[in-house]
Amino acid sequence: MTSNNPSVFLLMVNGQIESANFPGYDDLYCKYCFVYGHDWAPTSGLEEGISQITSKGRDSCQRLVWNFPLDITFKSTNPFGWPQIVVSVYGPDAFGNDVVRGYGAVHVPLTPGRHTKTIPMFVPESTSRLQKFTSWLMGRRPEYTDPKVVAQGEGRDVTRVRSQGFVTLQFNIVTKDMKKLGYDTTSTEQAPATHLAGTEQPYGT
Amino acid sequence: MSTSSDLREKLRKKRRALQESLGKVKDDTQALVPSDSDVTKESDHTAVEELTGRGDDPGETLRRSLKAQRMKRKKKLLEEMSVEIPPEEEVVKAEVTAVQELEYEQEELSEETPAEGARSARLQRDLPPLPVLRADSSLSESSMRQRVREKLIVAKSKASRKMKQETSREPVSRLQGLRDRELLTRFDREADPDLHEEESSFAARVKFRDAARQATRDKRAETGLPTAEEAYNFFTFNFDPEPQERRCKGRTKRRSRRREGEEEEDELDQGEEEEEEEETEMEREHEGEEESRDRDEDAPLVRDEEDDLFIIDQSAQDFLEVKKAEYIGYNRRVLREREILFTPSMRPVPASSKLPENVQPRYLEEEGLYVGERPPVSLSNQNILENRILKQDQGRKWFGDDGRIMALPDPIKESSSRPPLYHLEEELDPALQTAYRKALKSKYVNRYIAGVGDTQGDYQLDVDVSGLIFSHHPLFSREHVLGARLAQFYDQYLSRQHKNLTCLLTDKLNGLRNTIRNMLELHSGEGISHVTQQRIAEYKQEVRHTRQLRDSEQEKDRTLLKSIIKVWKELKALREFQGFTNTPYKLYIRKEEVQRALDEREQEAEILAEVAELQAESEEDYERKMSEYRRQLEEWKSWRRKQKALKKKQKKRRQQSQDADEEEEEDEHSEEELGEEPVKPEAPEKPDIAGLEQQVHEKACRIRRKPGEPVLVPELTASSPITPNEQCPRGEFARREDVAKRSLFIKVLYNDKEVSRTDSRSLNMDFRVHFGQIFNLKIVNWPESIKLQIYESVSSSSSPLAEVCVPVPESSVLTGSAPSEELEFSSNQRVTFNHEGVGSDVPFSFAADGSNRQTLLTSGKLSCCVSWAVGEDDVPLAPPSSQSGAGMHSGLRQMDAIACIGASGLNDMKRLGKWAAESRLDPNDPSNASIMQLLSVASGGEVAVPDYFRLEQLQEEFNFLSDEELERSRRFRLLRLRSQEVAEFRHFKTIPATEREISEKVFEDYERRLKEGELVDTKEHIDAHRALVAKYLQKVRESVINRFLIAKHHYILSDLVVEEEVPSIGVLGLNLFKLAEPKRPLKPRRKERKKVTAQNLSDGDIKLLLNIIRGYDIPIRKPHTSKPAAAAKSARSYTETFTAAASSQTALQGNEWPLGQPVIRPFVEVTFQRTVLQTSTAEGPNPCWNEELVLPFSAPNGDYSTSSLQAVRDEVFINIFDEVLHEVVEDERERGSTVHTRIERHWLGSIKIPFSTIYLQSRIDGTFKVATPPVLLGYSKERSLGSEGGYDAIRSLSEGTFLTLFITIEPQLVPGDTIREKMKDVKFDTQEVERLLLACEIFEKDASQRFPDRPCLTTVVDINGKSIFITRFIRPLAPPQELLDAFPNNLQEATELVARYVSLIPFLPDSVSFAGICDLWSTCDQFLTLLAGDEEEHAVLLCNYFLSMGKKAWLIIGTAIPEGPTAYVLTQEQNRYLIWNPSVGQYYGQYDTFCPLQTVGCLVNADNVWFNIQVYAAPMRMSFDVTKPKFWKPFFSRSFPDPGLSSVQPEELVYRRIDKAAAAELQDRIEKVLREKIMEWRPRHPTRWNRYCTSTLRHFLPKLELSGGREVAEEHRLELQSLLGDYRISGFPLHLPFSEIRPIIEAVYSTGVHNVEAPNMEFALAVYVHPYPSNVLSVWVYIASLVRTR
Repeated sequence: MTSNNPSVFLLMVNGQIESANFPGYDDLYCKYCFVYGHDWAPTSGLEEGISQITSKGRDSCQRLVWNFPLDITFKSTNPFGWPQIVVSVYGPDAFGNDVVRGYGAVHVPLTPGRHTKTIPMFVPESTSRLQKFTSWLMGRRPEYTDPKVVAQGEGRDVTRVRSQGFVTLQFNIVTKDMKKLGYDTTSTEQAPATHLAGTEQPYGT
Repeated sequence: MSTSSDLREKLRKKRRALQESLGKVKDDTQALVPSDSDVTKESDHTAVEELTGRGDDPGETLRRSLKAQRMKRKKKLLEEMSVEIPPEEEVVKAEVTAVQELEYEQEELSEETPAEGARSARLQRDLPPLPVLRADSSLSESSMRQRVREKLIVAKSKASRKMKQETSREPVSRLQGLRDRELLTRFDREADPDLHEEESSFAARVKFRDAARQATRDKRAETGLPTAEEAYNFFTFNFDPEPQERRCKGRTKRRSRRREGEEEEDELDQGEEEEEEEETEMEREHEGEEESRDRDEDAPLVRDEEDDLFIIDQSAQDFLEVKKAEYIGYNRRVLREREILFTPSMRPVPASSKLPENVQPRYLEEEGLYVGERPPVSLSNQNILENRILKQDQGRKWFGDDGRIMALPDPIKESSSRPPLYHLEEELDPALQTAYRKALKSKYVNRYIAGVGDTQGDYQLDVDVSGLIFSHHPLFSREHVLGARLAQFYDQYLSRQHKNLTCLLTDKLNGLRNTIRNMLELHSGEGISHVTQQRIAEYKQEVRHTRQLRDSEQEKDRTLLKSIIKVWKELKALREFQGFTNTPYKLYIRKEEVQRALDEREQEAEILAEVAELQAESEEDYERKMSEYRRQLEEWKSWRRKQKALKKKQKKRRQQSQDADEEEEEDEHSEEELGEEPVKPEAPEKPDIAGLEQQVHEKACRIRRKPGEPVLVPELTASSPITPNEQCPRGEFARREDVAKRSLFIKVLYNDKEVSRTDSRSLNMDFRVHFGQIFNLKIVNWPESIKLQIYESVSSSSSPLAEVCVPVPESSVLTGSAPSEELEFSSNQRVTFNHEGVGSDVPFSFAADGSNRQTLLTSGKLSCCVSWAVGEDDVPLAPPSSQSGAGMHSGLRQMDAIACIGASGLNDMKRLGKWAAESRLDPNDPSNASIMQLLSVASGGEVAVPDYFRLEQLQEEFNFLSDEELERSRRFRLLRLRSQEVAEFRHFKTIPATEREISEKVFEDYERRLKEGELVDTKEHIDAHRALVAKYLQKVRESVINRFLIAKHHYILSDLVVEEEVPSIGVLGLNLFKLAEPKRPLKPRRKERKKVTAQNLSDGDIKLLLNIIRGYDIPIRKPHTSKPAAAAKSARSYTETFTAAASSQTALQGNEWPLGQPVIRPFVEVTFQRTVLQTSTAEGPNPCWNEELVLPFSAPNGDYSTSSLQAVRDEVFINIFDEVLHEVVEDERERGSTVHTRIERHWLGSIKIPFSTIYLQSRIDGTFKVATPPVLLGYSKERSLGSEGGYDAIRSLSEGTFLTLFITIEPQLVPGDTIREKMKDVKFDTQEVERLLLACEIFEKDASQRFPDRPCLTTVVDINGKSIFITRFIRPLAPPQELLDAFPNNLQEATELVARYVSLIPFLPDSVSFAGICDLWSTCDQFLTLLAGDEEEHAVLLCNYFLSMGKKAWLIIGTAIPEGPTAYVLTQEQNRYLIWNPSVGQYYGQYDTFCPLQTVGCLVNADNVWFNIQVYAAPMRMSFDVTKPKFWKPFFSRSFPDPGLSSVQPEELVYRRIDKAAAAELQDRIEKVLREKIMEWRPRHPTRWNRYCTSTLRHFLPKLELSGGREVAEEHRLELQSLLGDYRISGFPLHLPFSEIRPIIEAVYSTGVHNVEAPNMEFALAVYVHPYPSNVLSVWVYIASLVRTR
């Protein structure tokens, strides 16, 4: 495995869908899936998952905690089409029908290390008020034909959405052989924090 | 000297210092335990202490205390282990040696030349006092802590303290101790240098720096408060928390250890002293020689620690007070809140309170003024707001005259979108106008130096502030002012002397003169060349210039000298006047005698030379002037002449008419004119040589010293004694006092942030301040500005005096080599004093009478030096030079040559060139290289300034590869092709990351395809023409696909969002009605299933469901007895077909069949994707199977996407077979006991349905006609067994076998017709008029709204992707003449032939060729060229033929089974309507039950389109009379008449001639291929061919073709029968249109003839290809199996 001329680089993603903040909704569960480009292939781990149903915490912040682990490894030859995670949250409405509470997507972070991401979530809107009413009544809210739509820009112009809540994810990223293939994801601009803190300290002995 | 003992000592010192501060705080109480105990100790060891006390330097104390702090973390170890510490000390020493040396040097210097202290101080390298400050801060900090501890002790342990007090000694000794300490602190900086040398190295190091600090500390000691500066330092400095903590830790550890010791000692019940002794003894053991030096100082140390001990017992609880939570009752809270809160009421406010008193509301609207509509606000909110506003002060100003809140008109526009642009041109309300603000750049972007994170990225700036000199200060006395002026002049003098410009210029002048002389000598006599002449002229010019310069310089020198002397005189006068001396200035003037004679000669020569030059110049000048004069004179004269002529004319005129007055006026006027015109030029004077000489002399004596006059050299010294303070008058004394109070310090600001500051130094009498401090700035940000701020402090307050900006040094400027710069500063503060100080910005005068007032501003010079530090290994710690300065412009620089010389604003080439020529840039200077290049380019001509400009001039910068390289790279190519969705690469996954992993082979196919686009591979195709067509089709398809790929990326809402549709009222009502409907369990209905998107599917998920219900009119077996039929159907007439003729065959019921055998045993076999399933066998000609067959479906390549599913070309073959049981009687004897039968299956007919149809229709339900061969050997059509007449009458209209089927896909897939839907959104190129298109849209929309299930077409897309109105396709076109000639007398026959001809053109569904994109309509000539098309093309062609044949024909757009949406042709024949299926060539009557056409959407002919608005859409139940507007809605009506659309069809179709030879050849090839195939399909059995039969069949086939496939069967059968009497023959002819050979093979295979496995089986195969014009071929394949019966 430790060849000097790797042909692929690996991206190891683990982390968790930590919690969500959906004011006014309770008993939610979420699904996730990954969307990635042609040159990407998952080598191990689950590409899709569905979490348990969680209820709101009793504390003041009322978070919905899933702590749903993610663990997947991708291999790729090309950073184009970098994986995105698509999270969709579902839960019962007032009549007990399972309706969608939010869609959201975020790119898996590029740099190795620990990242916490908060994704704003949104749901497609009904096309008319009447439809809104009927969909509310019947518990059949508009949904995306494919949740993966939220990870792509194509065709989004025809939809209208309403934002709704946040989901917090945590990623731990490990990459392998990126540099060997000539992709440098660590920023050179960014100086380590210690240097920044020590800016312009006069010193002398 | 420096050993561990030093360390210990330092520690002690520090403790003592703490103690001291504590003592000071508590001085008044006089009863302090620590000091007491301290004293105790002191008295014990007084002698020793005194010794050490004197030996100590206060600075050293501090220094050491600092050291001690640093060493704390090691301390524990050090204590435990013995002596080994030296390495530590060495390190410390090494750190400071350099500095020490410098300081020594400085001291020596200052001793030698005390007056020049300020200047020499510049060289000093002192270091900032940071560590000292730290020590200070920690001192104050700990003193605070001490205080707290003290209090605690007082509160807590009084008893123990009392005990200690008892042990303490008398206060005398304590005082002594204090005195000692005072001695220490008062140690002055003027300590003996010898002493320093003797002392340890620390003393020397610290002493100098601490002098100033000492003073402040003293002050603090007095007040007990930190000074402002200290406080500042306390809050601004970064305290390193870590060492502190560790120190604490160390301390506690030690403490605990100590405590153990104490406990032990407590047990011994000893006093504290003893304990201390123990302690010191311990230390003595550790430290060896110096043990007893400071034993007393251990005491405070231990006391401290004891205090710490106490504090350990304390916890937070001791300081916190626990109380009950306060609760305020609700009512009380409400009451209280009411005081604070205000709740505006919702009630309307009376108008009176809103308006000023006695004012009636005034309504502008009523006065007729326009008032805009106010934004809608609910009344209650408005009331609340009004109430709230009224509560405020001046609340009324918010109300307008009408008593309402002022509001702008509603800014929200009616339209929800952006307002159209023309609104912007109107004048907006100023309040709504957009204000333009320039974008702000983030301050800190791009300021980090790249590479700081790296190890070598340490950048350090050294800022050396050496000192400042005031050239004016408010505290200057008058004498100072003069002195400063004198000094200034003298400085000027010195610098001039240093530059010696005069001398330089004189030399230059002489050199130039010599050159001219030489040149003239060289060319003397000879003609001077033009070039030389020019050069001489230039030199002369230069001489002139230089001489002027020299003269001015000389003059300046002279005046400077004069003013020096003048000021000195003034100064002397002032000193005498005021009677004391303030400044040490003293001017000596040295005279240097010169040799008078020599001097005179030199001067004379100089003057002469000058005179000569001047003469030459003036002569030249004269010449020039003369020529000018002549020219002017000439001009004047000519003018004069003209004038005269004019005058004469005028006079004449005047004499004629004008009166005298006017004359005069005129005269004046003309005189004026004369005067105005060029004055008569005066001849220039001859240059006055004598005058010149005189001038030169005068000048010489003005600016030069007189010949023989001694050279005066002023020398300014500061040696004059200054009158001591006591002898000065009061004013002066006050001034001096004031001066002494002042001190100055300098803040260093880096990027506008204060980073450091100097010590404050007191202002001296000479107004020079010396700092001599270097600040090392370690930088992370780009240096943008370095500023030095000068602050002046009087007592404790300080004020900024001035600010100096220091330029950021070039990266080559390094510490050590950088010269110190003098930067001038000034401030315009106004300062006045009531003493002798002259103040600043205040007028004052030197004279006693107050005349000659002048005003001076504070100003001075700051000498400092900023440079980049040099690292340990001589590496400059400067950022890379390429980035120095404006790092972010580096990119631009390369592009803009002008920008890199710093003048980016200069873009006028000419001006630049001019400037360069004037400034005489050195072309060889590398720093000028770029500008020189630019100039050479500019002067080169054509390139000068481009008239164009590029938009992406920086594009080059962003190209990371050159285009060629990009082109060459296989990887990039692959990626690009994939993103272009090129078919070969569209589904490529994981393209390798590196180039080498991609082989060239990847592109081979693609390239070949590109290359062979035109070449045709004839091998694959039997017919060359077909191959060409195939290629062409491929190309069209590709171009169309490319066109639609874009459209594919166009989304509509339903693609993305699933939304339940709102049930309309009608549907709701129906549903409600349905609820009430009685349940009919015996009449089940098919339910709608949920559609599944074809994404998450895999192989095996999709199944094809086939429900075979029943069959009609399946042919029945015929006995093969050779009995000719009674009625041969030879004379079958056209009309007979339509009349319900009684079947002649009815009688032919075979009684020959044995009773046990039924007439037929049919079963259905379904073949799909090579899966074969069959139903059970039923009996009779009208069987009922009612069976469901489930066929698995797998998509090509496992790709279940919509597009891929649409491209599936597989077909479902449904074959009807007859199962024939033959008794194989091998032995007659066994007949009774065993039955041997052989099952044979005879093909009777088939239906094929393309999968794409099923997929698009999602279900197919209906009765289909089975394609039966025209001749079925051994079978005959069985007619209506026992049927009643009526039914028979209807049914017999169409002959043939029928099968009722239901086909669907499970699960139901969402058909890919979404793209079709989308196509409506995509606008195609079109040539139609906009109005027409609009009408089309409306028409179609209306149609689909009213009858959603009726297809309506008005515009279609042609093969070029343009949308065209449908009627343009209809135009009468003549069919091939051959067809018409075939039946010249029988129109009916000809019609059928034409239909047959059309149906022979191969059928190629659009949905397959253009993968579900849309229908493409090709014109008839295109269709005939392509020889492939789907229903529309066939229908259009057929319709056009019919029209040309004089029939009334329409195109029907409707839906049929199984094609789905399709096009048929309608003709009107003798009050009947016939419906033609163009792709089959069959026709149906309007009332034909089995007509596949199910709905009729619209009718099209060349003139109009009619949409069906009748109740029913089935052809049987509707009227085709398009003239009735009740039934048909025309597109072109009276309101929208036909604009007269021209047809897209050609005028005439050109047919290619029949090529019989090619047909024959093809025939042979097909036959050969089929033979091979059949043999191939029968691998286990020999295949024998019966030649005789074959030839018979071959003869028969052309007859079949001629008869159009109608029943010539009887004769044929008989013929065969007669020929092959011994054989049982089963076989049939197949008829196909020809496109490729593959479908033929498929068709033959599907009949299963080859499957007959009887041992003595023989086969016969005949192929006949009949050519029609334009290469339309009709292929007949006759295949038969023969079994010898005996």
